[in-house]
Amino acid sequence: MQKEILEIIKNRSLEQYQKVIALARAAENSLDVLDLSINEKQHLNEGIICDLKEGNAPFRPRYNLVDFEKFMQQGSDFLELDPPRNLQEAINSLLILYKHIPSVTTFPVYLGNIDKLLNPFIEDESEALALIKLFLTHIDRTLTDSFVHANIGPEETKAGRLILQAERELENPVPNLSLKYSQELTADAFAVEAVKTGLAVSKPYFANHEMFVNDFGEKYGLASCYNGLPIGGGSFTLVRLNLKALAEKAVSRKELLEEKLPQTVRIMLSLMDKRIRFLVEESGFFRSNFLVQEGLLNLKRYTAMFGIFGLAEAVNHFMKKEGKELRYGQSELADELGLQIIEKIAEQVAGHKNKYCSVSQQKFLLHAQSGIGPDEDTTPGCRIPIGEEPDIYEHILQAGQFHSYFPTGVSDIFAFARTNKRNPAAVLDIIKGAMQSGLRMFAFYTKDSELIRITGYLVKRSEMEKLKKGKAVLRDTTLLGVETMENQDLAGRKER
Amino acid sequence: MQRQSKKKKEVIVNKIIPFSSVDGPGNRTVIFLQGCNFDCLYCHNPETINICNNCGNCLAVCPKGALTINERDQVSWQEELCIACDKCLEACLRDSSPRVKIMGLEEIIRKVRKLKPFISGITVSGGEATLQTDFLTDLFREVKKLGLSNFLDTNGSVLLEDKPLLLENLDMAMIDFKSFKSAEHRRLTGLDNINVMKNVKFMAKVDKLYEVRTVIVPNLLDNYFNVDQISKLLAGLDSKIRYKLIKYRAMGVRKEKLESISPEQEYMLELVSIAEKNGCQNVVLV
Repeated sequence: MQKEILEIIKNRSLEQYQKVIALARAAENSLDVLDLSINEKQHLNEGIICDLKEGNAPFRPRYNLVDFEKFMQQGSDFLELDPPRNLQEAINSLLILYKHIPSVTTFPVYLGNIDKLLNPFIEDESEALALIKLFLTHIDRTLTDSFVHANIGPEETKAGRLILQAERELENPVPNLSLKYSQELTADAFAVEAVKTGLAVSKPYFANHEMFVNDFGEKYGLASCYNGLPIGGGSFTLVRLNLKALAEKAVSRKELLEEKLPQTVRIMLSLMDKRIRFLVEESGFFRSNFLVQEGLLNLKRYTAMFGIFGLAEAVNHFMKKEGKELRYGQSELADELGLQIIEKIAEQVAGHKNKYCSVSQQKFLLHAQSGIGPDEDTTPGCRIPIGEEPDIYEHILQAGQFHSYFPTGVSDIFAFARTNKRNPAAVLDIIKGAMQSGLRMFAFYTKDSELIRITGYLVKRSEMEKLKKGKAVLRDTTLLGVETMENQDLAGRKER
Repeated sequence: MQRQSKKKKEVIVNKIIPFSSVDGPGNRTVIFLQGCNFDCLYCHNPETINICNNCGNCLAVCPKGALTINERDQVSWQEELCIACDKCLEACLRDSSPRVKIMGLEEIIRKVRKLKPFISGITVSGGEATLQTDFLTDLFREVKKLGLSNFLDTNGSVLLEDKPLLLENLDMAMIDFKSFKSAEHRRLTGLDNINVMKNVKFMAKVDKLYEVRTVIVPNLLDNYFNVDQISKLLAGLDSKIRYKLIKYRAMGVRKEKLESISPEQEYMLELVSIAEKNGCQNVVLV
C-alpha cells in the first residue's frame, strides 16, 4: 500500500487535485468493511463482476441528482445563499452548489435542466449569451471530468437556444449534454439546432423523453454517461457484469442460461445489497449531508444500477462454439440469444428486493454499461462491436429491441459523414424514427470532429495527444479516452 | 427493353437507398430506376443507362455465382450471394447492369412504409425516372397517402407540363442543367437542352423547382458561360432556388468517354461568386 501511495505522489501526469482524489481512494480501499464472501471476492478478482473502482467503503451514493429547481426556489442555509433574483445570481448560486455535490468522481454527475433553471432570468439575449458562455467555461475548467452532465429540453426556451449556440462556439468537452427529446413537445426548429450542435461538437445526446417519463415520471435526469435516474436522488451504486467473461466459463448456452447466469446474478445482487447497506446504515451520508438535510436529496429517491457489458462477445462466443457463422448485430438468430440473455437477467433482477430502493419499487434497474478504459475485446453494454455495424436502419431496429430493458441507461453511437452538416433535418428524421423504434438514447457526432464521444463521454482529440506525450492535462477523463482509444478501434465506427 | 415486364405497374429498379441526406430536404429514401435517354460523357453511374439484353456476358465473371439464367432465358440476380464487387458491370458491353430488380408498386410501397418513421419522403432518381411517368404517377399518389413528400431527380428531358397527373402529387423537382448551349448539351448528353430550359422555367413558375445542378468539368464545357447564363435565368425566376455546382469527379466515369480532372477549389469558388453576383441567393458547392 505504501508503494502505491508513493506512486500516486510521484506521478507526473496527475494534476494536484487528481492526486488528492487518488490518495483518498487508496485510503478508502485499505479498508475491508463490506463483509464480502469468498465467492463474491473471487468474482471481483476474476473480473466477471466489476465494481468500477467505486471503493471498498462507500461513503456517498455513486450518482446524486440534486433537485436544483428546489434549490433555486429556496436557496441554501448551509451555503448561505438566498434564492437568486437575476441571471448573475442564478449562475453564481449553481456554480457554488456544483462544488459541494458528492459523487464517485468527486465531481457532480448531474447539473440540472440548466435551460429551465436559467430561462426565467433571461432578459437581454446577447448579455445572457455572454454570461452563459462564462457559466459553461467555468464548468469546463473547474469540474474537469466528462461525466459532468447537463440537461436541456424537451420544450424550446430562449435559454435552451443560447446554450446550444454557446456550446457550438465554445467546443468544450465538459459538460456532457442531453436534450430530452419528444416529438410532441420539442419544436422541430429547436431540435434541428440541437442536431447542428451535435454535428459540430458531438453533443447533445437525444434522450427519448416519453420512454424516460414512462419509467421514472417527469422528475428524471440524465447523469454521467447517459444514465436515466430520479431527480432528488440517484443511484447508490453501479456494479457491472462481464457477460463475455461469464460466457467463456460456460460449456454451453444452456449452462450459461440455466446455471452460470442465475448464480452470478445472485452473487452480484448480494454484493450490491452489501454496498447499499453500508452506505445507508453506516456511512452516515443520509444523516449528515447538507443536501439531504435541506431536502435537495432524499433517500426515498434512490435506486441502484445493475450493469451489464460484453453481450455481443457473449453471443458470438456461443455462435462460434456451435459452429455457426453468425454474428451479434448481423443475424436475427444471434440477436435472439442476446435477447434471451437480457430477458433472463431482467427477470431475476426484477425478482430481487432491496428495501432502500423505494423509488423503483425496491428493485434494482438494469444499465447497459459503456465500458472503461482498460476493457479489451468487450463491447459496451449490448452495442454491436465497432466495425460490424449493419446499415443504420438495421442498426437502429436491432438496438431498439434492447433499449427498453435499461431504464438507467443504454445508448448507441452513430458517426455521421460531414455531408450531413448541410442537411441536419435528415439527421433529425433519423432520430425521430429511432425514437419510434424504441431507442432510449441516440448519440451522434461527425466523424472527424475535435470532440470525440469515446463510449459515453467526450474527450478532446488535442488533449489526448498532449497526454500521450506525458504532459498533465486538465480533465481526468482524457486518460480514460486514451486507454479506450488504444483498446478499441473507435475510428472504425461505421460512417453514416 | 426485353427485361421490362409486360405488366404496366412494374419498373426496373437499379437500387433503393433507404437513407439519403443529399437528395432533397430531410432524410429520404431514394429509388433509382434503370434506363436513361442521355448518354453523358461524364456519367458516373453508366450501368444505369441501358436495359439488360440478357446476353449473359456477366455470368462467368461473377465470383459468387449470384448471376444465373432463369427458365425464361433472362439473367437473374441473387442479391444475398452478391458481394458488390462490380465485376459484372465491368463485363457488361452495353452500359447496363444485371443487378436490378423488377418491382411492383405494392412492393415498393411496402418498403417505403417500413421506412416511414425515419424519412421526410422519397426521391425518385435514375437513370431517368421521367421515362416512366405512368408508374411515377401511381407511386407518388400512394406515397402521398403515407403522408410523405415526393421529390424527383431528373435530367429535364421529358416535358413535365404535359404530365398534370404526375404533378398533382409531385412536391418538387431537382433538375440537371448540364449546359446552357444546345450544341454543347448535345455533345455532352446526346440530346439538346430545349426541354430542360422549358422544364426549369415551368417548374419554377409552379413553385416546384427545388434545385438546379450543373457539373463543372474543366476542358470539356464552357463552365463560365454556363454558370453565368443559368444563374441569371434562375435569379430571374426565383432567387431562392438552390443552385448546386458540382465538382466533376472521375469516380465511376468511363475512361473511354472522358478523361478529365476535378476542377480546383479556387475555380469553383469563382463560379460560385459569379452565380451569387447574378443574384442567386442559395448557391451550394459540392
